[in-house]
Amino acid sequence: MWEYTDKVKEYFLNPRNVGEIEDPDGVGEEGSIACGDALKLSFKLDENKRIKEARFKTFGCASAIATASALTEIMKGKTLEEAEKITNQDIADYLGGLPREKMHCSVMGRQALDKAIANYRGVPGKAAEGQIVCECFGVTDKEIEQAVSENNLSTIEDVTDYTKAGGGCGNCHQAIQEIIDRVRALPKREVAAKPKLTNIQKIRMIEETLDREIRPSLRQDGGDIELIDVVGNRVMVATRGACATCQASEQTMKHFVEIKLRELVTPELVVEEVSQ
Amino acid sequence: MKTIYLDNNATTRVAPQVFEEILPYFSELYGNPSSMHSFGGQVGRKIRQAREQIASLIGASPDEVIFTSCGTESDNAAIRSALLAYPDRRHIVTSRVEHPAVRSLASFLATQGYRLTEAPVDNLGRLDMKRYEQSLTADTAIVSLMWANNETGVIFPVQEAAEMARKRGILFHTDAVQAVGKIPIDLRRTAIDMLSLSGHKLHAPKGIGALYVRKGTKFSSFLIGGHQEKGRRGGTENTAGIIGLGKACELAAQHMELENTRVKELRDRLENGLLSRIPNSRVNGDRTHRLPNTTSISFEFVEGEAILLLLDEFGICASSGSACTSGSLQPSHVLRAMGVPFTMAHGSIRFSLSIYNSEEEIDFVLEKMPGVIEKLRKLSPYWNVDETVCATG
Repeated sequence: MWEYTDKVKEYFLNPRNVGEIEDPDGVGEEGSIACGDALKLSFKLDENKRIKEARFKTFGCASAIATASALTEIMKGKTLEEAEKITNQDIADYLGGLPREKMHCSVMGRQALDKAIANYRGVPGKAAEGQIVCECFGVTDKEIEQAVSENNLSTIEDVTDYTKAGGGCGNCHQAIQEIIDRVRALPKREVAAKPKLTNIQKIRMIEETLDREIRPSLRQDGGDIELIDVVGNRVMVATRGACATCQASEQTMKHFVEIKLRELVTPELVVEEVSQ
Repeated sequence: MKTIYLDNNATTRVAPQVFEEILPYFSELYGNPSSMHSFGGQVGRKIRQAREQIASLIGASPDEVIFTSCGTESDNAAIRSALLAYPDRRHIVTSRVEHPAVRSLASFLATQGYRLTEAPVDNLGRLDMKRYEQSLTADTAIVSLMWANNETGVIFPVQEAAEMARKRGILFHTDAVQAVGKIPIDLRRTAIDMLSLSGHKLHAPKGIGALYVRKGTKFSSFLIGGHQEKGRRGGTENTAGIIGLGKACELAAQHMELENTRVKELRDRLENGLLSRIPNSRVNGDRTHRLPNTTSISFEFVEGEAILLLLDEFGICASSGSACTSGSLQPSHVLRAMGVPFTMAHGSIRFSLSIYNSEEEIDFVLEKMPGVIEKLRKLSPYWNVDETVCATG
């Protein structure tokens, strides 16, 4: 049995915003009955071009239903530019996390959203450009690339959990590995684009990186991290929850947080753990 | 909330009489049956009795029964033993719908220099006997076919299949984990060389299984160690488990009639009730050659895990062959081998009953199930999209 959070169960048992909008401004469909889950997402804008109404229909398991419902809640009130920035991790976080093997449900949500926005704008969706890599589940190289870079995936198993690619016959495993290697070898553009940071910018970027890249995985293990101070290139953090008592905590600091911050903020950073 | 347990092909409750029988062997009667003192010897006597009880249920003689730890161990021991017995033969024959205990082992062996043929089934899950017979060659070391399928309950004609193998001098093993205790088995009248069974599928505890090996069959032990089981399976006996399995087999023989009358009637009541109450539903598998306790029903355009979780809210326990419950991303290999369409395969639910189920429980499921399916169909983008899409009832 899957370990679903109470919020996933709640959104599955009492889903919000079920249905299809009549005369919608944008519609996106993702998945298929053969793949085992599918989502139809529609939205309507108000006079200020903010999403007034969002509705969904889902064929799929409990987490597919819950993530689609959560997405409609997150979308509401946002402009399309804001909605575009919703990541699959945002959807998972909204529900208090998803079992790793179910992350593909959140990715399906984000893809349907991309398609719905593209449908409104009358342009082809991002995924439409790619080449199919996984024949079993019809996943393109573009979709895999996006999942790898947005969620910092490093193994084929990760890619399968997030996109389903590679979960069928396994013939595409080599191709998936090549995409992972290619994406991970790319220098991050954010770093190159901002050579000199002000202290305020640095702190903001550290906070963002902790939020986006580090907290979600720590929280999966019941832990958390807090930024205490930044002095020059010294980043003072404190661990919370399960991390605070974990033997591997120091390891976590050095190998995970520091690498991430150096990669995404600036390479000079040194992480220090303080007890506060 | 009351639990309505309709997942007996997954595991069963330990019968109260079995529980009572085994309790002393966890406490005061802890002796080792191999010991020379009478304190251990009395346990040895109970084990002899258990061996007789098991042999009696399947029409074997007691020395043809080897105790193991589970059905998977029995399957592994049988197949690996046959390969060792015929080292110059490199071919294995099974079917496409075997339990992972056979299927995964056979796939592994296929990477170790063995050739594997998986005989196909038709859309009712019936073994293609012609293709099966054609697959038997002088190079075939072992055939392993399940007696009854765990997902659909479909019964294979294993006796006929075993005769085809014997005619060609090929060892025949059957995984009878789901069949033993539910349908009459008399091995004396068959050409079956080896048979696997598992305790927890017939109201004995988990952690005990048995392998029948016909007298005169070459056998090499899977676990090499002490002289237990006449050297055919080393390791100190799971005394409580063995004694429990013996008692459970004795009870199964007494309840065989009940399984094939009352349990079957309850299953049919459930199955027919669901088919008539819920549109676009159908039974997977051959309804005529089937275990009396099992039904696999597909509900079109909805997904199995979601159905199970809604049933769970009512305390109803069942299982599904959908992708999200199979531990992989594809629906069960059994339903795929049968060519069940995707619209149906993802929404398959297996109910498996036991003698402990009541009519009230079945009626409760019949009352709740239509609402569950309707709720999910209202969420499904495929429902009502094309009302002409209609399944065979």
